[in-house]
Amino acid sequence: MLRIAKLPIAVFALFILVFPWTARRIPAIEHYPDIMVFAGIYCLITIGLSLLMGYAGQISIGHAAFFGIGAYISGILTTNYGMNPWACMLIGMAVTAVVAALVGTPSLKLKGHYLAMATLAFGIIIFIIFNEETQWTGGPDGMSGIPGLSLFGFEFDSVERYYYLVWGVVIAAFIFTVNVIQSGTGRALRAIHASESAAGAMGVDVARFKILVFVYSAVLASLAGSFYAHYLNFINPATFDLFFSIKLLIMIALGGMHNIWGAIVGTGLITFLSNEWLQYFEEFEVIVYGAILLFVTVILPEGLAGVPGIVKGWFRR
Amino acid sequence: MEKITLASQLLQYLITGLTVGSVYAMVAVGFNIIYNVTEIINFAQGEFVMLGGLIMVFMNVAMGLPLILAFPATIVLVTVIGIIIDRFAIRPIRRPSVLTLIIATIAVSILIKGTASFIWGKDPFDLPAFSGRNPITFLGAVVQPQYFWVMGFLIITAVALSIFFDRTILGKAMSACADNPDAASLVGINVKQMILLSFALSAAIGAVAGITITPISLMEYDRGAMLAVKGFAAAILGGLGSFPGAILGGLIMGSIESFGAGLVSSGYKDAFALIVLLVILFFKPSGLMGSIEISKIKRF
Repeated sequence: MLRIAKLPIAVFALFILVFPWTARRIPAIEHYPDIMVFAGIYCLITIGLSLLMGYAGQISIGHAAFFGIGAYISGILTTNYGMNPWACMLIGMAVTAVVAALVGTPSLKLKGHYLAMATLAFGIIIFIIFNEETQWTGGPDGMSGIPGLSLFGFEFDSVERYYYLVWGVVIAAFIFTVNVIQSGTGRALRAIHASESAAGAMGVDVARFKILVFVYSAVLASLAGSFYAHYLNFINPATFDLFFSIKLLIMIALGGMHNIWGAIVGTGLITFLSNEWLQYFEEFEVIVYGAILLFVTVILPEGLAGVPGIVKGWFRR
Repeated sequence: MEKITLASQLLQYLITGLTVGSVYAMVAVGFNIIYNVTEIINFAQGEFVMLGGLIMVFMNVAMGLPLILAFPATIVLVTVIGIIIDRFAIRPIRRPSVLTLIIATIAVSILIKGTASFIWGKDPFDLPAFSGRNPITFLGAVVQPQYFWVMGFLIITAVALSIFFDRTILGKAMSACADNPDAASLVGINVKQMILLSFALSAAIGAVAGITITPISLMEYDRGAMLAVKGFAAAILGGLGSFPGAILGGLIMGSIESFGAGLVSSGYKDAFALIVLLVILFFKPSGLMGSIEISKIKRF
């Protein structure tokens, strides 16, 4: 049985279903489905990250690297070796899982937030590799000509088609993740977040669970990277820099760390902010992001997910 | 023309490495001061260095203040910024956990970076060297006079800090907070003020690092993150929380980077320190001079 509240997910799925159909008829937001494709791709990353932050209590400032590894493996294998894109996606996820386990295991076995710095360092190393290994990655100029996706002769060649593909995957990943949260694994994770030593005393293998979540979130990021590469047909290292990792952090903090719905809402808002609403700010958008993150941390520690509770509190008084 | 031998080449790498390493050491010391009192890793530590450099350029070059005035004025200004960060970003957090505190410092760091790019733009700025740019030749290696200033200020900082922590009441009170904040507040130490002081001190040290290195490597708005992560690598290498460890770690880190860039690959210059960081986390997370006992008490 699926352990998930059926009404919210049904409403959400319906919204996703009719959104492009509606947006196409309103000239001002005609191009929003395109932005929503990016939002969907980023949601894949933040669903996993939210599990890591909200439930395992760890932060990663290097998920841009896993996103990038997925994108580059897909890009290189399909463009240079003509391999099947879907196979490349799986290869990317497998490679990312191994890399994430290698990076995460030592730092997650330590107490505290060594993972934050380890992933930060790892992210920068991978970014440098993307820039330097020019014969593979095309260096700072990036690589183009990455083929689009098709399945049994059906080409995902329009924005709408890609939109439904990406969001279908997002909803599947979302339902799977919510099921994980509701399962014994999820209870173990919440116990770890509440108190590592208490969870350990109850027989929860703390380090193993944290590594598991970290690897899961990295694999989702890699999948997102593959979708990104095949949608844009072009990738360059700048997409996968440190600031993108911080942006992912802002998406989750804005939505609410302890609420996986929050990850979706936060990701949607930040994607629209950066792709559309903050265009006028150009490079100064960094200040806006900093202000949002600081505001949320200080004033709204539960993110937007905490707002209904606050409003309810006002009425009760 | 003197012949460049391998030995003089290696000496050159070592001297350059120790100079850059002095900066990493100062960043690492800044990390440790805040970490010891609050157990948070201040991701904005590198921004203090960047601000130190750019504010010094503003004071010294744009305002025309003489070095002797611009130097302390810059340190005061950056220290005030450190105090503001604690008052308005760290202290107001209602339910502080290590996780939210770290996120707050990340927020502060991108705010500072964004503001700096707003004020100074994206181009790097130069600062006149303190005592000219006539290089001294030493056993075939070329040494800029500024190198001595950087290393000299590392020594001054280290001596001043050890006097402060060992000989003054305020310093001892801070060390007490580091050992056990609850016990410290029981004996009447104002822990909140000590946290404020830790931010002020580590901002000041960051400013010194930024001011002294700018004449060598220039300074631009986005230098902070890389300096922070390398300084953190140095702090971990030396053993998080240990001051002698931070200095040793910084000097080793700078040398590894310099030799790596010279002998292995200059494209990967920035990666060496980070690879070392990952290796230490793998094999010896307590670092060279850190103690496992102390790290078990800490939440981070």
